[in-house]
Amino acid sequence: MGRELTKKERMELPRQSMPTQDPMDRIKNFDEVALGLTAEMAITEAERCLECKKPRCVDGCPVGIDIPAFIHEMQEGDFKKALAIIKMANTLPAICGRVCPQEDQCEQVCVVGNKYKPVAIGRLERFVADWEVAQGGEIVMPERQPETGFKVAIIGSGPAGLATAAELAMRGHSVTVFEALHKPGGVLVYGIPEFRLPKKIVEDEVGNLEKLGVEMRYNWVIGKIASVQELFTEYNFDAVFIGTGAGLPYFMGIPGEDNIGVYSANEFLTRVNLMKGFNFPAFDTPVGMGRRVAVVGSGNVAMDCLRTAKRLGAEEVICLYRRTRAESPARLEELEHAEEEAIDFRWLSSPVEIYGNEDARVTGVRIQKMELGEPDASGRRRPVPIEGEQYDVELDTIIMGIGQGPNPLVTQSTEGLELNRWGNIVVDEETMMTSIPGVFAGGDIVTGAATVILAMGAGKVAANGIDTYLRETVRVSKARTA
Amino acid sequence: MPTLLEIKEIAPAFKQYVVETPEIARKHQAGQFVIILLHDHGERIPLTIADSDAEAGTITLVVQEVGKSTMEMGLMSEGDQIEVVGPLGTPTHIENFGTCVCVGGGAGIAPLLPIARAMKKAGNEVISILGGRTKELVILRDEMTQASTEIIYTTDDGSFGAKGFVTNALDRLIEERGKPDIVVAIGPAIMMKAVADMTRPLEISTVVSLNTIMIDGTGMCGGCRVSVGGDSKFVCVDGPEFDAHTVDFDLMMKRQATFLPEEQAARLRFLENHECKATKGAEVK
Repeated sequence: MGRELTKKERMELPRQSMPTQDPMDRIKNFDEVALGLTAEMAITEAERCLECKKPRCVDGCPVGIDIPAFIHEMQEGDFKKALAIIKMANTLPAICGRVCPQEDQCEQVCVVGNKYKPVAIGRLERFVADWEVAQGGEIVMPERQPETGFKVAIIGSGPAGLATAAELAMRGHSVTVFEALHKPGGVLVYGIPEFRLPKKIVEDEVGNLEKLGVEMRYNWVIGKIASVQELFTEYNFDAVFIGTGAGLPYFMGIPGEDNIGVYSANEFLTRVNLMKGFNFPAFDTPVGMGRRVAVVGSGNVAMDCLRTAKRLGAEEVICLYRRTRAESPARLEELEHAEEEAIDFRWLSSPVEIYGNEDARVTGVRIQKMELGEPDASGRRRPVPIEGEQYDVELDTIIMGIGQGPNPLVTQSTEGLELNRWGNIVVDEETMMTSIPGVFAGGDIVTGAATVILAMGAGKVAANGIDTYLRETVRVSKARTA
Repeated sequence: MPTLLEIKEIAPAFKQYVVETPEIARKHQAGQFVIILLHDHGERIPLTIADSDAEAGTITLVVQEVGKSTMEMGLMSEGDQIEVVGPLGTPTHIENFGTCVCVGGGAGIAPLLPIARAMKKAGNEVISILGGRTKELVILRDEMTQASTEIIYTTDDGSFGAKGFVTNALDRLIEERGKPDIVVAIGPAIMMKAVADMTRPLEISTVVSLNTIMIDGTGMCGGCRVSVGGDSKFVCVDGPEFDAHTVDFDLMMKRQATFLPEEQAARLRFLENHECKATKGAEVK
């Protein structure tokens, strides 16, 4: 490194923009859109960090990564050390560096952002994680503490489950993750598309957890093959964590929704991502998408559906959302990427009926034009129909990306588990323990559909709660019975 | 991964697989199913459980070779491994109803077996009506005989039992002996619909088990949804059994045809690629 930069010089360095595939190329493939910073760009970006004495970014991170410390190592060019610092707090950096909404978290509170653009913390995190893989050698994981002899069952291998598993394994507990599907990752594999999060990365990160001693069990549907209670009584676990996510698709309840060609976002994305339907017939699962496709909703899941439909070769891809772009819940970056990919956004548009032919195949949709009225409970202006303003669009495929609820499979089969009125699990926020002693929960099954990193943050809190529970309550009761 | 311990051809294009899967065997109840995946390029297909043995740690699957994946499974050997997840779905409601008529058609006889057995064990008089196109397609006759108090056969071609459909036999049975307390009908959608249409005006409580397109089997994708009493239900978690009188069979049959073009193309491609092996298999037999 040359001479130390002054604060002003640091802040005046331009934020390094993410190299991306050209929109017109990328809509023809499923390769990753964001290509990653070069080493040179990463070091320059790291130089922009002021290394604040009281860093606000760390508080903005749901898993509390020591951001200034890892960026400092990057300024020195020591990527290995930088990554080790990240992994102390987050064992899945390649995933978080890609899918975290940093603009609402660490980067939102970055001091540099007050006057200039904030330090691109997420891009730096991704860079070092990818750098380690590119080096080829052994992936370094935090050290595992001495065995405690306690056994913990994790239900679901999505972000919440993986984060909890990693944290508990590092503390020396014996951890088994039960996954209902045949691959690990939950929403990271069935939901988030390849072009945003390559599945190889999820596989690698899960492989790293296995190196930490985490045991993965696939095709285990807890609630069916074993109940939560049986995990204690038959399988001798000392604690159970439920991280089953928001895997219940919502439909609108409008006429014609059972027609062929109406998919939940979950079904459409699962066919494409988990089952690799984009590569039919080399893979056996068809997608069955038509040529004119509408996606209802404008969140991140809807963006994934729109951009997937485009890549599968749909001639026309329409987004139907009842509010406007300003209220769209998608990350700005996702929205912009979709716009670059020539998605036809129809704001203030809400489907009221789906038409089908005699074979029950979708032929079109009736759309109600909306306007924004008074703010509702969420603080956003409520969309209200404009009387008499309806029109029809011809379509063959409609994908419902209007949200997901808590999957009831585990919760309904677990006696004594307190749920709120939406079916989410009620937990003590400090320990994440549910109404059943020794049973903990976190992620979307507790909060309702949210983000990967919030689920991981919850997993970390739960891991603390579980660790304390094991060391205090279980140890005492075991000592008594011994 | 679970191992295929035993493979037996029980009828033309029908194979019976005994699969080593102790945890599923221990928990299986009548009416439940599994989803299998043959390999990492495969599709997840739901299959009903025809039998289970908790002590031996095995379940029995009876598979009709109708499409690419089931034909491909037919080429597997004992000792091969597949992915199996289950037991899925809500178990059959079993109680002593009195007289229970079990109507099974074609591949539907397989899932009917554990239900008939459980109904008989619960004290019901179990009268089974089994049908198929021709004699050799009326499968599991010995097992069903044991599981029933009385058994009636029908074939479309009259090669075995009474000539005609299971509904003709059901009609006669009701006429001769009055209304049973419950009917359980499992078979092709068109058969279940015909049974429902017959028992609805007579107000005989009737249960059917639906076999729809599925992916995860845990209520996550919604691809299996059917209209029951005007509400959208998920076959994988709300079912697979429903009150036959409220199922919209017409819509269900249309939805079952969702991927018909893809399925036919995949089947043809598979036959072209495997003609040689498939013929060899038949010659050995």
